[in-house]
Amino acid sequence: MDQYIDIKVRVWRQAGPKAQGHFETYDLKHVFQGASFLEMIDILNEQLVAQHKDPVTYDHDCREGICGMCSMYVNGHPHGPDSAITTCQLHMRKFKDGETITVEPWRSRAFPVIKDLMVDRGAYDKIMQAGGFVSVNTGGVPDANAIPIPKPVADEAMDAASCIGCGACAAACKNGSAMLFVAAKVSQLALLPQGKIEAAARAKAMVAKMDELGFGNCTNTGACAAECPKSVSLANIARLNREFLAAKFKD
Amino acid sequence: MAKKEEILDAAKKAAEVIKEKVEQVANDPQVQEVVAAAKEKATEMAEKVAETAQAVAEEIQARAEKVAERAEVKEAVKAATEAAQKAGKAAKAAAEVMATPSEKNVKVITPEMAKIPAGPLELKWTNYKNHQKLVNPANKRRLDVIVVGTGLAGASAAASLAEMGFNVLNFCIQDSPRRAHSIAAQGGINAAKNYQNDGDSVYRLYYDTIKGGDYRAREANVYRLAEVSNNIIDQCVAQGVPFAREYGGLLDNRSFGGAQVSRTFYAKGQTGQQLLLGAYSALSRQIGKGKVKMYTRYEMLDIVLIPDENGEKRARGIIARNLVTGRIERFFAHAVVVGSGGYGNTFFLSTNAMASNGSAAMQMYRHGALFANPCYAQIHPTCIPKHGDFQSKLTLMSESLRNDGRIWVPKKLEDAKRLQAGEIKGRDIPEEDRDYYLERRYPAFGNLVPRDVASRAAKERCDKGFGVNNTGLAVFLDFSDAIQRLGKDVVAQKYGNLFQMYEKIVDENPYENPMMIFPAIHYTMGGIWVDYELQTTVKGLFCIGEANFSDHGANRLGASALMQGLADGYFVLPYTIQNYLADQIGVPRMSTDLPEFAEAEKAVQDKIDRLMAIKGNRSVDSIHKELGLIMWDFVGMGRTAEGLKEGIKKIDAIKKEFWTNVYIPGEANSLNNELEKALRLADFIEIGRLMAVDALHREESCGGHFREEYQTPEGEALRQDDKFAYVGCWK
Repeated sequence: MDQYIDIKVRVWRQAGPKAQGHFETYDLKHVFQGASFLEMIDILNEQLVAQHKDPVTYDHDCREGICGMCSMYVNGHPHGPDSAITTCQLHMRKFKDGETITVEPWRSRAFPVIKDLMVDRGAYDKIMQAGGFVSVNTGGVPDANAIPIPKPVADEAMDAASCIGCGACAAACKNGSAMLFVAAKVSQLALLPQGKIEAAARAKAMVAKMDELGFGNCTNTGACAAECPKSVSLANIARLNREFLAAKFKD
Repeated sequence: MAKKEEILDAAKKAAEVIKEKVEQVANDPQVQEVVAAAKEKATEMAEKVAETAQAVAEEIQARAEKVAERAEVKEAVKAATEAAQKAGKAAKAAAEVMATPSEKNVKVITPEMAKIPAGPLELKWTNYKNHQKLVNPANKRRLDVIVVGTGLAGASAAASLAEMGFNVLNFCIQDSPRRAHSIAAQGGINAAKNYQNDGDSVYRLYYDTIKGGDYRAREANVYRLAEVSNNIIDQCVAQGVPFAREYGGLLDNRSFGGAQVSRTFYAKGQTGQQLLLGAYSALSRQIGKGKVKMYTRYEMLDIVLIPDENGEKRARGIIARNLVTGRIERFFAHAVVVGSGGYGNTFFLSTNAMASNGSAAMQMYRHGALFANPCYAQIHPTCIPKHGDFQSKLTLMSESLRNDGRIWVPKKLEDAKRLQAGEIKGRDIPEEDRDYYLERRYPAFGNLVPRDVASRAAKERCDKGFGVNNTGLAVFLDFSDAIQRLGKDVVAQKYGNLFQMYEKIVDENPYENPMMIFPAIHYTMGGIWVDYELQTTVKGLFCIGEANFSDHGANRLGASALMQGLADGYFVLPYTIQNYLADQIGVPRMSTDLPEFAEAEKAVQDKIDRLMAIKGNRSVDSIHKELGLIMWDFVGMGRTAEGLKEGIKKIDAIKKEFWTNVYIPGEANSLNNELEKALRLADFIEIGRLMAVDALHREESCGGHFREEYQTPEGEALRQDDKFAYVGCWK
């Protein structure tokens, strides 16, 4: 049964990209455990606004775990201490009365802090722009049922495609690698006949862009998949490596 | 004596100003489709005039009193007071005259004005495409188009226009175009493919959509929508959207929303996500090529209109705020396309995302674009209920749950009270004390009554005090019968993921204790009026997706929102906008230093400064929540004339409270979430009022608008087709 709890929230405050950041601890009394984690931050912000202080800036939008906007490190874990969820799906019943909760922004060189808990994830968009698509224009495409695709293949592509681009994988990785994100897109499209044609070029272009943007290398530690809110599988990274090597051999 | 003259002069001038204002209002042509629609607006404007007059009168009196001590000005005081009173009386009289509806204030929109092509329904779109103007490739390079929004409509339009060769400037408020709220759509997308060989056709999809919209949608648009629905599926598959498939490798379909055919394509429970990511991929490709310039974390704050050589105002750009730096910037384009989604967040709590807003629509509206059918808002009966005042949004649960779940509340008030206090659970209440009110009231349909009936029935029980959760705003959806009948495994197979989602949020096991549900605002069918070309009444300003009004009538069918967004963006707007742009090829790119840009920017800046300067005592959210409650109570599921009038008064009070007592911390020229929210709330208040006014004038029940005065003995919506089949547009 959900109770009311008193907590302390230790939040990373940083006025701007170049400002010196620091932790600030706030007391929050009488927080209902049925509230979501972001609703708790809302309560904190209402409290700060009432004191005419600057509220905590953080990214959030759909609050049902699909937009990929929320991006908080809670008690040392991207999206917090629960598996297969985003921060917005985390509830206060995961925390105890009297607990101090530490909240930080994504930790990754490629995701610089904009303010407080808000980071710039534009690097993921740039990787997508380098090759995360099938080169077809609107119109003039064949009938949707012209090419049958085996159900297991379609299902596997769907699992890879469920990535929400939140950045937890890169934030969780000790090397700051975006491999799981890149692998998910490369896999999805390489599995499907529509995407196969450009598979090699895509893998090369996306990996090159990832390297260029300052993401680290993959050393197969698996932290990314463990923290991924959509449970995107490490098998995708193996597939990306295959696609990438095959492309290099062809060169 | 100089004083005396001065005062008289002031009074005279004041009277002139008032007169001028009254005339201005009187001469303003009210473009509306109905007589009744004009009434409210006229009253409002006239009241404003009366207020101005009153204020002037008071000021004159005050000024006059200051000098009244001197004997020689006594006469002047009297004269001035009289003049002011006269002016006030004149303005009040004018207000009364204008408040009376007259033919002069109403304009009927004809099919010609809506640019509906001639010919039989099934040939209209073909005919249009065969005869519309096109822009040649060399000229496309010289034309810029602004697209606001990156949801299904915005992203697909931006990508398609860029592929064709236009230069596109695309704006979104999130950090990436992939995050638009289309991403959250679960169920699927309709198309008339007839892959299942169950008799589906373009005509059937068209007919179902019209019927589902309670015969309030524009037929030509809907037929076109059904026609291009098939192209959408082809396009998405070509992009690599992983739709669900059968074992033979062909696409799978499911049935949806009571249709007799299976025409819904889906990708797990994440169809919106996959379709949006497809459009986002296409958009990313064009950004990479430099054909789309993407502006993330930018919010449009106004549209800039510039008159052409004939003096006709055309949309030529926007004013947008960089949400990271707080800087206000100007952007030029030959045409502006807005795909900014719906305005469901007027209610604060809805299934919309936190940042979803109606401000873009209000900016268009303020520039003279008509707002059509604002009162049509869809309420979804199966959402996870509100559990406290801190609640930020409501989560939708698939409606399929009603196939096997039974809806009930306790028969006894004392049981409900104990449930609300958390002393007992649903399973503790014996069978004979349960009121299966849907089965009781609608024995033929039982728990499968239409969405709106189920929603209203739940509200009715909760209003009487029978709500079953801590807020008293929830009813039970019980699966114990289904579990007994089918076994837990079968139920888990069918609804496992939903049960798990429910448990994560509510922390209750729905296999053991009945689920709790409550209705929530989900989608808005109303929106900016557009013609067949998706152009608003402002030249060069287009509106697509949920933001426009055209395709769903009074109610939207399940799995049709995704279809409309993509139809507009991929296959309709990229054609129709050329019919406009073909006449703009001679228009050079304009400087954003033009006075129209400067004025628009200044107005935006002034508004922001005004908000920042209020420095009151209320947070933005606290006022928004209050507005949401008023909307829910007075402009929600069951509306009455009396309630709506009361609601309008309350909304006006909220408006006053907002503009005098909101507090926004921080600076305007930096990242400031509270300021962003305040700007949006200012518009939600206006939309809320508009919804109420529209709901009040529409004396019938249809689709997403239910007036309690107009219902059948069974409690179903009673349309007044002879009086209200039209689209109610507001200016």
